[in-house]
Amino acid sequence: MKTFGGQVLFLDRNDINTDEIIPAKYLTENTKEDLKPFILEDLKLPGFDPTADVKGAGVIVTRSNFGCGSSREHAVWVFEVNDINVVIAESFARIFRQNMFNCGMLAIELPKKDIDALSALGKNVTISVDMDKEIIIASGSKEFTCKFVLNSFDKDLVLAGGWLAYADKKY
Amino acid sequence: MGKTITEKIFETHKRDVPSDNNVVLDIDVVMCHEITTPIAVNDLKARNMDRVFDPQKIKVVIDHVTPSKDSKTATQAKILRDWARRNNIKDFFDIGANGVCHALFPEKGFIRPGYTVIMGDSHTCTHGAFGAFAAGVGTTDLEVGILKGVCSFRLPETMKVTITGKLAKGVYAKDVILKIIKELTVNGATDKVMEFCGPVVDAMSMEGRMTLCNMAIEAGATCGVCLPDRVTAEYLWPFIQDEYADIDAAVAAFRKWHSDADARYMAEKTFDVSELVPQVTYGFKPDEVKDITDMKGTNIDQVYMGSCTNGRIEDLRSGAEILKGRKIADNVRAILSPATPKVYNQAMEEGLIKIYMDAGFCVTNPTCGACLGMSNGVLAAGEVCASTTNRNFNGRMGKGGMVHLMSPVSAAAAAVKGYIVDPREMM
Ligand code: SF4
Repeated sequence: MKTFGGQVLFLDRNDINTDEIIPAKYLTENTKEDLKPFILEDLKLPGFDPTADVKGAGVIVTRSNFGCGSSREHAVWVFEVNDINVVIAESFARIFRQNMFNCGMLAIELPKKDIDALSALGKNVTISVDMDKEIIIASGSKEFTCKFVLNSFDKDLVLAGGWLAYADKKY
Repeated sequence: MGKTITEKIFETHKRDVPSDNNVVLDIDVVMCHEITTPIAVNDLKARNMDRVFDPQKIKVVIDHVTPSKDSKTATQAKILRDWARRNNIKDFFDIGANGVCHALFPEKGFIRPGYTVIMGDSHTCTHGAFGAFAAGVGTTDLEVGILKGVCSFRLPETMKVTITGKLAKGVYAKDVILKIIKELTVNGATDKVMEFCGPVVDAMSMEGRMTLCNMAIEAGATCGVCLPDRVTAEYLWPFIQDEYADIDAAVAAFRKWHSDADARYMAEKTFDVSELVPQVTYGFKPDEVKDITDMKGTNIDQVYMGSCTNGRIEDLRSGAEILKGRKIADNVRAILSPATPKVYNQAMEEGLIKIYMDAGFCVTNPTCGACLGMSNGVLAAGEVCASTTNRNFNGRMGKGGMVHLMSPVSAAAAAVKGYIVDPREMM
């Protein structure tokens, strides 16, 4: 099975929308790979530098209502082509969350206290996700472990490698 | 236990129940545009699955950037055009016949009460105005919809939003929905359907209802929905006259989709709009909304009238009431994009286009254009736009630009003054 995890990029803000993740002017690209350099280009977050800060990241940890706004799946693909396959948030906008699972990627919701605990680990945090046990193991200045819950259908999508593969077999 | 309209639609369209929380629905209409569909088309081709589940249930338009502005957008249009031809999709709308998807498809009678509708576009929620379950989806959902005619959803709960009172002069559906989003916040309705009802909705035209439902997504909702009634039947009459003896019969038939009196809602909110004044956004989120009186004097550089929120004939008429006999301010440029060719034509016949042009507006062909900052009125950094669209996100109409969302009347008033102003002073 695919493994999920990596170095954490913490985006400490609510309501980050898909226009910020990938601006509309790049929606004319006809391959996912071409989106790669434009990740988080319009993110409004003090001190954030999209080029330097994204480098090496494999997991995004963020606050509530992540991925709101436009339905563009480009916002998921731009993470995928940058080797980010997990987003952990207090909550997601519906379409973004579905797009993640549809692409066989993980959108994990955690209560605010767990996100606070992850943010308290400081810089250079690595997370690994255990899909079977549904736990997250984070190591930074300390270790932190917590449980998460995946809807069984969402899990099936991840295991199938996405919605197209799942639907093609079943319908 | 009674059911909501959404529960009734889910029940009649249920294909599969893959978990306790999810259902897979049969989809009646899959709609496509050139921004989110080409990658799905290319992917289907690469997988040797270049086919569609039912060409009659697929509706296609080139609307976001049209006519194409460069080689990349021309390629997107071409991929869509070739695909529609190859797959025998007859309802395909290209230059000359195209318009903003969420204004064009209702006008063609494609959306009916009780339908399930998806599109790779978040404002698909607009079509709930017809008593349909209409949800925006991503490209993978769209791809599966094209191929199989199904889509998965979590079981949505319904929030009942009752709108009471009477709208004052100068206050419109746009002001109502901005106020509601302000109260609910940008994720106050996530994973929920917003069912709009009450005397104000009953009295609204289909155009007004579409404006309400259009912005349901800005509160996070899966869909907005209005119960189909006589207004719905009259709007759809040219398309359904063979199916029903008369309008009364259609109205009676539509009633089967009404939520039952004892239906269960996860929340019920009531908004009395009698005291409501025109609303406007001030920040980078659609819930950052103020009374327009508190924003008076904010300078603007551009005015944009159009989009799936407010590019319909009623919107053009209401803006024209302010603009008639007036000129836009020297410091302002103003753009009108009628949402569809039909709206454009009607506006010409009614003399509205002349009013806009005499006032100093540039009138473009029907397109999304500046709404998402891709063409036809992109802002420069530091510029401010008074806009009838639905999103004020950072960079939405151009990097470094600022967007203030408002009604067409408020935008027209801002065009004349060169700054945000209470339009009621000019009526
Ligand atoms: S008008 Fe704007 S919001 Fe509506 S579909 Fe077009 S880009 Fe999207």
